[in-house]
Amino acid sequence: MESPVEIVQHTAGGVIGASWLMIAFPLLGAFILLVFNRFTNRWGHLLGVAMSLASFVVAVLAFFELLGLGEEQRRQAVHLYEFIPGMVDMGLLIDPLSISFALLITGVGSLIHIYSIGYMAHDEHRRRFFSYLNLFVSAMLLLVLADNYVGLFIGWEGVGLASYLLIGFWQFKPSAATAAKKAFVVNRVGDFGLLVGMFIMWTTFGTLTFSQLGEEVGKGASNGTLTAIGLLLLLGACGKSAQLPLQSWLLDAMEGPTPVSALIHAATMVTAGVYLVVRSGAFFFPEGSAQALAVAIVGAATLLAGAIIGCAKDDIKKGLAGSTMSQIGYMMLGAGLGPAGYAFAIGHLITHGFFKADMFLGAGSVMHGMNDEVDMRKYGGLRKYMPLTFVTFIVGYLAIIGFPLLSGYFTKDGIIETAVHHQPVLGWLAVLGAGITGFYMSRMVFMTFFGQKRWAENAHPHESPAVMTLPLIILSIGSIFLGGYLILSNTLMDFLAPAVGAPEVRPEFHPFTTPGLATLALVAVGAAYAWMKYGKAEVPAVQPRGSFLTTFARRDLYGDAINESLFMRPGQWLTRLAVFFDNRGVDGVVNGLAAGIGGSSGRLRRLQTGFARTYALSILIGAALLTGALLLVGTI
Amino acid sequence: MTTHYLILSGLLFAIGALGVLVRRNAIVVFMCVELMLNACNLAFVTFARQVGNLEGQIIAFFVMVVAAAEVVVGLAIIVTIFRTRRSASVDDANLLKY
Amino acid sequence: MGETITFWVLAVVSVGAALGMVFNRKAVYSALMLGTVMLSLAVLYAVQDAPFLAAVQIIVYTGAIMMLFLFVLMLVGVDSSDSFVETLKGQRFWAVIAGIGFATLFVLAVGNAVFGREAGLAAATGQGGYVRSIALLLFTKYVFAFEVTSALLITAALGAMVLAHKERLTVKPTQKDLSRARFLGDRPSPLPGPGTYARNNAIDMPALLPDGSVAESSVNRYIARYDVEQGHLPDDPKLAEAIKHTVEEGSEAEGTNEVTK
Repeated sequence: MESPVEIVQHTAGGVIGASWLMIAFPLLGAFILLVFNRFTNRWGHLLGVAMSLASFVVAVLAFFELLGLGEEQRRQAVHLYEFIPGMVDMGLLIDPLSISFALLITGVGSLIHIYSIGYMAHDEHRRRFFSYLNLFVSAMLLLVLADNYVGLFIGWEGVGLASYLLIGFWQFKPSAATAAKKAFVVNRVGDFGLLVGMFIMWTTFGTLTFSQLGEEVGKGASNGTLTAIGLLLLLGACGKSAQLPLQSWLLDAMEGPTPVSALIHAATMVTAGVYLVVRSGAFFFPEGSAQALAVAIVGAATLLAGAIIGCAKDDIKKGLAGSTMSQIGYMMLGAGLGPAGYAFAIGHLITHGFFKADMFLGAGSVMHGMNDEVDMRKYGGLRKYMPLTFVTFIVGYLAIIGFPLLSGYFTKDGIIETAVHHQPVLGWLAVLGAGITGFYMSRMVFMTFFGQKRWAENAHPHESPAVMTLPLIILSIGSIFLGGYLILSNTLMDFLAPAVGAPEVRPEFHPFTTPGLATLALVAVGAAYAWMKYGKAEVPAVQPRGSFLTTFARRDLYGDAINESLFMRPGQWLTRLAVFFDNRGVDGVVNGLAAGIGGSSGRLRRLQTGFARTYALSILIGAALLTGALLLVGTI
Repeated sequence: MTTHYLILSGLLFAIGALGVLVRRNAIVVFMCVELMLNACNLAFVTFARQVGNLEGQIIAFFVMVVAAAEVVVGLAIIVTIFRTRRSASVDDANLLKY
Repeated sequence: MGETITFWVLAVVSVGAALGMVFNRKAVYSALMLGTVMLSLAVLYAVQDAPFLAAVQIIVYTGAIMMLFLFVLMLVGVDSSDSFVETLKGQRFWAVIAGIGFATLFVLAVGNAVFGREAGLAAATGQGGYVRSIALLLFTKYVFAFEVTSALLITAALGAMVLAHKERLTVKPTQKDLSRARFLGDRPSPLPGPGTYARNNAIDMPALLPDGSVAESSVNRYIARYDVEQGHLPDDPKLAEAIKHTVEEGSEAEGTNEVTK
């Protein structure tokens, strides 16, 4: 492997020097919208969009400035200020990896901002919604742009907060409030891992800056330490990216408004885990090490689990959420394969950002036209009523199942090929996952856009306004072409090489390899089976009971049940025990002591008779005793 | 001679203390306190001569001054209490209790 | 030798006077006994080379403080001697025990102590004499304490004034107010004098009105009571009845007002 190039300190001004503006713009937007509150109600959403677009413009300019530099110069550290004196200098790292993320976040983020103008038009708290979106964009940019783990962690918590606020945006719904809390709690587990990982880094290497950590690790460190850090970082990544075993919050997170699901819980935030693993590549080296293998295994397990869950969901958003889990599983699998897989993982991340946002926004558009109905069994035959939504959704669908020549085909195939090459077992599991993907995504399309109408009586499906369809069109264009552009002739790999290193063997794109063909065949079989079951045949309006496997999938593979029996119930027992102990033991001792003191005081206070002569008597007795004592001491 | 004076001083002091404890008339109690102060003064003066130092007498002098101030305020208090409660008994002023 | 005689005489006198002070029922006697003790002590000071203190003792204690005591006794009431019935349980017993115990222990302690020969004040008063030496100490080494004492005395004087001061709660009545109250009241005229129209002109004989009836208000209540208590009632049953009636009315009025004892 070629190691990444050295990070150079950015000296000249230019856009890279001012790249902190990317973070500052949306932060300012969130600040204004939150502080000036109701006064910004009329134009708040426009300000939010403007701030996001401004951030996007800065990102694009920085990107081109970076392209203008030589390859050796492409890792620019921008020092901002001394954050914790003597420990952490806050700075930004502008390199191909972070700028790719910044472009994705600000680009897709801006589109979703625009879409939300239409989607949230009738919500009286639209201004608040935009303030949270801006807050999210700002935090996410800090996460990917920071040149040290502390900054990354601040952004990490910031997006967690924004995610919490946005999942629970309709807080009057108990389910939304609970889902928000669940996301927050599960994420804490992951954050704990990340924090402890950072602690170990600090005590072992004495720094938290990416560049210095790279040098220190290069000088050598014990395998045990690296494994520990790697596994802890993986725990953090699992929490944020909803990977097994911390996957349970993502499906519930769909309680939030659909643009939130698209932006945070599909395109950007949930991919932060992948970013963390790739950015911390130094700790996952070499690719065969335990921690890297763990990443790959988690990815493979999650991609299957997500796909299986996706097969059984009737809620269109939850189906997409399962699919998101599954696709992030692919990315994790790629990230676990070392530099060979990094480019594909990031590529899949970017294309997934486009096609999944496209489909989520499409789903949002469908819901918008169907009175916020999410049950796919109440859709059917919508292609005639929402042509634009239908076409863009189909594009996203084809991209995700890996239809040849669309974005997802190149990136996912790249991951599968690399996986089969490096970890054959996991690779073939990924092939199987691709087949299942073909089934459940087809099922979704057939149930929604084909077949008979199964609408509720008051449904009047209609196409969404232009402000919502325009982002759909732009995203679907990205879903078609982006993958080919990034993967064919290794554009992305060469671009990322300065940041994450490049594999020793440059992969060539071969369309007709065994795993590739097998994937295509399985996808075709899956799609055909879905057509048989949901396209041609009548879809029952009420959910049938289903087999054991269906129930298994519907219950999210019993993830919640496991959490409940493994953590919640023992926790409750522990709490009850503590309460009992507190009531009987601690309170008993404390109350007994208080009662004892109170009782004896009640008796002792009788000594205070109020008669001055009694007090004088005690004084004289005391004086006599003192004299006696002095005498005794004197004679002894 | 010193021993004799000191014993006299101690006896006067003890008698004064006894008076404080057994008498109820506030004015008499006050007189007993004065007696105790005087007994102390006698001891001071005696010791001054014993050690050949005038400081004991100075202290006795200050005791007298402070006693004078004390008597003024104390008697004023007794008068005030008497004016409101019609009693000079120290046992009647016993509100400050449990 | 002279000192020894003086000491023993004055010791007996002062202890006796002190005991008398404690065990005398009447407060005025107690005050006089205390005066005796203080005078004895003044002499003992003088004997012990402390003539300045002896003078101060007489001037301040017997002169000022004892006067103050007597003055307050006068204010409070000479006959406010308290009974010797002990009301606090065990107080007297324990007081005696503690007093005797303390005295015994003190005597033991002093008896145990071994004093050398008295140094005498000759060395201390060597330069410039006794009073000058005292003044030197008072105004050099102890000048701060001395000044503080002045503050203490001023404060004490001020405090005594504040405590003894009686707040006037109503406006002081003017001549006009008094006159109006008199003429609006029951009797604008002064009370009738005693016995003006009676056979004998004693102040304890009530006056007779022109119609021969008795003017009860003409006899002072206290004199009437004295007459009743001592049995000096006139022979005339009408007059005797009137005097008794005056006393009864007076005691009723006194019942409502305890101030005049």
